[in-house]
Amino acid sequence: MLDYESLRLIWWALLGILLIGFAVMDGFDLGVAMLLPFVSKSDSERRIVLNTIGPVWEGNQVWLILGGGAIFAAWPPLYAVAFSGFYLAMFLVLCALILRPVGFKFRSKIDNARWRNVWDVSLFIGGLVPALIFGVAFGNLFMGAPFRFDEMLRITYEGTLIGLLNPFALLCGVISVAMLVMHGGTYLALKTERPITNRAAASARYAALALVILFTIDGIWTATFLPGHIITSTLTHDGPSNPLFKTVMLRPGAWFDNYGRYPWMILAPFLVFGGAGLVLWLRRPMLIFVASGLAVAGVITTAGFGLFPFLLPSSLDPKMGLTVWDASSSHMTLFIMLIATLIFLPIVLTYTAWVYRVLRGPVTSAYIERNSKSAY
Amino acid sequence: MIDMELVQLSRLQFGLTAMYHFLFVPLTLGLSLLLGIMESVFVMTGREIWRHMTKFWGALFGINFAMGVATGITMEFQFGTNWAYYSHYVGDVFGAPLAIEGLMAFFLEATFIGLFFFGWDKLSKVAHLCVTWLVALGSNLSALWILIANGWMQHPIGARFNPDTMRMEVTDFFSVLFNPVAQAKFVHTVSAGYVTGSVFVLAISAYYLMRRQHVELAKRSMTVAASFGLAAALSVVVLGDESGYTDTENQQMKIAAMEAMWETNPAPAPFTIFGLPNETTRKTDYAIKVPWMLGLIATRSISKEIPGIQELVARADTRIRSGLIAYDALEKLRSDRSNAELRKQLEDHVADLGFALLLKKTRPDITKATTDEIQIAAWSTVPPISPLFWSFRIMVGLGFFFIGLFAIAFYLASRRRLQRHPLFLRAALFSLPLPWIAAELGWYVAEVGRQPWVIEGVLPTFLAVSSISAGNVLFTLIGFVVFYSSLAIVDVYLMVKTIRIGPEAFLSGYFQKSPPARSTKLAPAE
Repeated sequence: MLDYESLRLIWWALLGILLIGFAVMDGFDLGVAMLLPFVSKSDSERRIVLNTIGPVWEGNQVWLILGGGAIFAAWPPLYAVAFSGFYLAMFLVLCALILRPVGFKFRSKIDNARWRNVWDVSLFIGGLVPALIFGVAFGNLFMGAPFRFDEMLRITYEGTLIGLLNPFALLCGVISVAMLVMHGGTYLALKTERPITNRAAASARYAALALVILFTIDGIWTATFLPGHIITSTLTHDGPSNPLFKTVMLRPGAWFDNYGRYPWMILAPFLVFGGAGLVLWLRRPMLIFVASGLAVAGVITTAGFGLFPFLLPSSLDPKMGLTVWDASSSHMTLFIMLIATLIFLPIVLTYTAWVYRVLRGPVTSAYIERNSKSAY
Repeated sequence: MIDMELVQLSRLQFGLTAMYHFLFVPLTLGLSLLLGIMESVFVMTGREIWRHMTKFWGALFGINFAMGVATGITMEFQFGTNWAYYSHYVGDVFGAPLAIEGLMAFFLEATFIGLFFFGWDKLSKVAHLCVTWLVALGSNLSALWILIANGWMQHPIGARFNPDTMRMEVTDFFSVLFNPVAQAKFVHTVSAGYVTGSVFVLAISAYYLMRRQHVELAKRSMTVAASFGLAAALSVVVLGDESGYTDTENQQMKIAAMEAMWETNPAPAPFTIFGLPNETTRKTDYAIKVPWMLGLIATRSISKEIPGIQELVARADTRIRSGLIAYDALEKLRSDRSNAELRKQLEDHVADLGFALLLKKTRPDITKATTDEIQIAAWSTVPPISPLFWSFRIMVGLGFFFIGLFAIAFYLASRRRLQRHPLFLRAALFSLPLPWIAAELGWYVAEVGRQPWVIEGVLPTFLAVSSISAGNVLFTLIGFVVFYSSLAIVDVYLMVKTIRIGPEAFLSGYFQKSPPARSTKLAPAE
């Protein structure tokens, strides 16, 4: 069995990979849903847009379900604090996510403009709200969440929904929206024909530009004003998962310390600039889609590298913040989960690739006409 | 102190959203397999009607599946949002099966469901058949992992309490995996799903036959549903009995409460067919008993005793006192983490720690609990008797009814006489809601019968809640009720509309160009 410290590091990396999996795979579904009202005008165009993601979004969403499950299994304290602390925000996300399956399934079952409009708006909300709130949640990771533990490790949380919507977190929320609009736009450009493909590519470029600008502002803000958390006591890397045994101090800009310590980490933000730059520069749909995916991966990696070893700092009592070294599952659970992941994730990737291959090629108006009863 | 209003609201929300979710799950389980069977017949015989059937029932499956997915996300998030202390306390054990469910089962189901609907003219016959079976396999594996997780809540083996992390941790993953309670629950639950799918197909086909519409499709569907349903109905009863048997060993209080068995009876115990459990006198009035029957079912012997409620409460009293010794050691360990003597004391009594935690309902400093308080806590281990007693009996009654229903359907179908018995067709149609009632009652017995525990004997339900305000939970509870109710209306409306329009709508686009050639797969416009 691998040692506890390595397993914790591996699971930190896997958490990142799962989040990237979600943002890259389901991210374009959210982005397409947000672009739905803007790139398609007639009902037939709307159906083309919806059917680009119709057959695949359900599988993509499992990245989110799996992400939730993996946090539960590998980082139970993180799951407990984040999900209960962000209670009302989670409820909003849930409602928005529930609109998606029913929206897709119900929309085109009835040929009535008002009925279809209601579901188009629902799908738009189902894309926008999760994109925004996941970004806001990421922002609040950097701010720290107002929680503490008692000696039984029961959580007390002293925040509100409004408290989550602070300016820094909102900026992160907008970054997330821009990033996923870009990603959805590049996917649509790949999966549709003119005129939708042109509109989608244009939207993707605007979004890429917004992403670069906002990401830079966010970086400057974090480097200069935002207090970062630093562990000041020795914290063994293979000790018990109990977040009460350390001390922590705050210093503005400390979230950039890792980049000084490990200069190679600078690759992550460069991936964002490089990827978004290629989206602006290149024209071939397949290439800009890949570039956009790299930029999305870069954004999440940049955040993860900055926070390390913190997973969720506490603003109420910084010494109780959750870190990679004191908020994981037991040694055995991490090991078993790693085995399960090593067996099943490659299988998942293989059949997902096969499904995309079967479904390759753009969705056309001729296709919608031919399958008018069965298509979304 | 824990806010009991918060506990009630959190339980209500979890109960409602779980039961709502389970309106869609059993149909997904059953119908996915029926689709696999129908499409297999199509591939083997090459007769178009069987593909037509797959598409029609598949459309209804799709509407139902969307709702199942939508309400399932709520379930996964809710452990964290509303049961944060639960998530902390048992996440090390309970999280793993949930995560593996996503990885192994839900990915499979959700990735291939898209191809099931959109792959008809992109795949060869055999490839599409494989896709359909993979969807069915995915949904059934999904049930397996969820029931492994739930089985551990009923019978928490393979884990122990770690005082350094203040939570339960896995010691033996294989006993979590091969938990006998989980295995019994899995087969019972999926069989119930197969019954639900079969009754659904049977009832709607009966409706068509009564109206002499879509007769060819309805007759064939009914034949499939009758044979598959008969096997499923038999297995649901047999395997339900297995569930009862494992409960007798592991959840004695649940059995005693289901049977309203106040006193320990001399073996073999009688089975109370009818009676009115009275929780104030702690007796069952007007009881009609069948001698020997419970003893035979529950212990499969004539000599083993089944303990009654009074005796189990007395045992709980002892365990609370033992648990207090563990709790005392745990408190002292906090300031003296390396004291070996205290660790030994904890180790010796840690199996009863959960029972001491029951006292947290009345006071935070539980080591100072009085004899009266311990007595009250011991009686709090008894779940609500009458609702369990009746839910169980109705569920079992329905289980036997389904065997009869499918047996008649099977007989009539094999003699090709289905259309000549309008009374039976009517009965089949009106049976439509019954499997859902049976399934929901089954979950009620399983989960309410476990109270006051969220993890049997380990963690009391009231301690498991998040530290959030009752107001927030009330808000989301109302939100879920309003939101879910409107979705339910739309869902039923679309189902009924699809059924009314009938299977002919699904012919368009398929029959004109039959058989769909594999070469269309390569056409650029696809």
